[in-house]
Amino acid sequence: MDAAVTVTDLVVHRGARRVLHEVGCSIPPGRVTGLLGPSGGGKSTLMRAVVGVQRVVSGTVTVLGRPAGSADLRSRVGYVTQAPSVYADLTVRENARYFAALSGRGGAAADAAIADVGLRAAAGQLVGDLSGGQRGRASLACALVAEPELLVLDEPTVGLDPVLRVELWDHFHALAAAGTTLVVSSHVMDEAGRCDRLLLLREGRLLSDSTPAELRTRTGTDDLEEAFLSLVRATGVGGSGPGHEHRSEERARSGAPRGSERVGRA
Amino acid sequence: MTATTAPARPAALSPRLTGATAGRVLRQLRHDHRTVAMLLVLPSALLGLLHLIWADVPTAPGEPETFDRIGLTMLGVFPFVVMFLVTSIAMLRERTSGTLERLLTTPLSRLDLLLGYGLAFGLAAAVQALVTVTIATTLYDLDVAGPLALVVLIAVVDAVLGVALGLLASAFARSEFQAVQFMPVVVLPQFFLCGLLVPREQLAGWLQVASDVLPLTYAVDALREVGTSPEATGTMWVDVGVVAGTALLALGLAAATLRRRTS
Repeated sequence: MDAAVTVTDLVVHRGARRVLHEVGCSIPPGRVTGLLGPSGGGKSTLMRAVVGVQRVVSGTVTVLGRPAGSADLRSRVGYVTQAPSVYADLTVRENARYFAALSGRGGAAADAAIADVGLRAAAGQLVGDLSGGQRGRASLACALVAEPELLVLDEPTVGLDPVLRVELWDHFHALAAAGTTLVVSSHVMDEAGRCDRLLLLREGRLLSDSTPAELRTRTGTDDLEEAFLSLVRATGVGGSGPGHEHRSEERARSGAPRGSERVGRA
Repeated sequence: MTATTAPARPAALSPRLTGATAGRVLRQLRHDHRTVAMLLVLPSALLGLLHLIWADVPTAPGEPETFDRIGLTMLGVFPFVVMFLVTSIAMLRERTSGTLERLLTTPLSRLDLLLGYGLAFGLAAAVQALVTVTIATTLYDLDVAGPLALVVLIAVVDAVLGVALGLLASAFARSEFQAVQFMPVVVLPQFFLCGLLVPREQLAGWLQVASDVLPLTYAVDALREVGTSPEATGTMWVDVGVVAGTALLALGLAAATLRRRTS
């Protein structure tokens, strides 16, 4: 089975900072792949590269057999940014209908997408009058409405109550069962267990690409949070302060030993 | 997943998607009642003020009334200024709210988006011009020798020029504060040089050249033609063509500023 997304040696800079270091991974089709790791680790950047809006320095990203960002992928890939990107001065239904129209679908598809995210009761309300969590769901509905083959969702469950969160995850799995490929980022490790496959990203490096079960076995712990921490310790890439990544990068370039830094911090 | 048969590349221009975008922009406008009210009433109110200012100022025999001359010109200036402002803010919002980046990941083409804006605000300008022309010719006794439909047409073309320049200007603004200040930068020099304050023939040579290359000059000239000739003149159509051509050029430049990939 071909991968839905293949990333090879991807390097991305933002300003002078390298935010992705030769990341490589492949995302299986018809599965929910979780992109996890602390915020600032490069999750959003990797997602932007997959949907083709990120300028990259080197490496390749292949999506559904085409280079990421190809024009003919636009009707096949759905993208939901972390900040809700919908029109605050339109109602939920008007937003969904507009994005439905852009993908050649009608009002019925829009209403179905609104129902899928549990916003049926608020469909007539202006997005600007909704709570943060509701806005995020309105934004999600605008991506679901196009029924894309690949859905890239940046932190779609932030600010949601536990019940809604479970409902949304159930919906993600129903979509995957129907053949949709989903990439879902989160910085909450308790969501990791809900993914079919896990990519752990930290400071622009891929720490692990495995199933949750494999990760548990490899690290000898049932707790994924704990597993993540032991991976971090094992790889020795680290540091906590902002700007650290940049410093270690400079050190690597200038040939200074990395160990000295770790000793200094200990 | 087996080998995928990729759907065709999205068209550079789709009337359906342009229409959907224009509808969306108009719906956004409809939810903003105060803006709609201001769009419809403000030009008429300002024109009324001009009417009062010149009501008792005598004019030389044989000369057209000052209000007829200035008032008619303002019918072209208002939609240009208002639509420039409205559009540059609207487009800046698209950029800052993330909706622009999202739209660029959909089958909507950049030209569809910009023409959608042009269509929506062009329609709004048509309604605005109808209201303003009706009030000006009835309430304020504005004398226009030519057909009023041409005045509305010119007002709409001016509005589209404002939309196009507003879309372009928004690419250079990082905040609303900057966007608003582009208005005087783009509008005032054109207004000063269009021949309304000082006849163009009396301008210094290099200022005349500047006036020649600024589109508002042609918009004002077109209205002057309609004001003085009972029928559409060739000069008027050339003027309208220049304004429309500049608008298209600005739309093309604005499309070039919409980058799909950003850092």
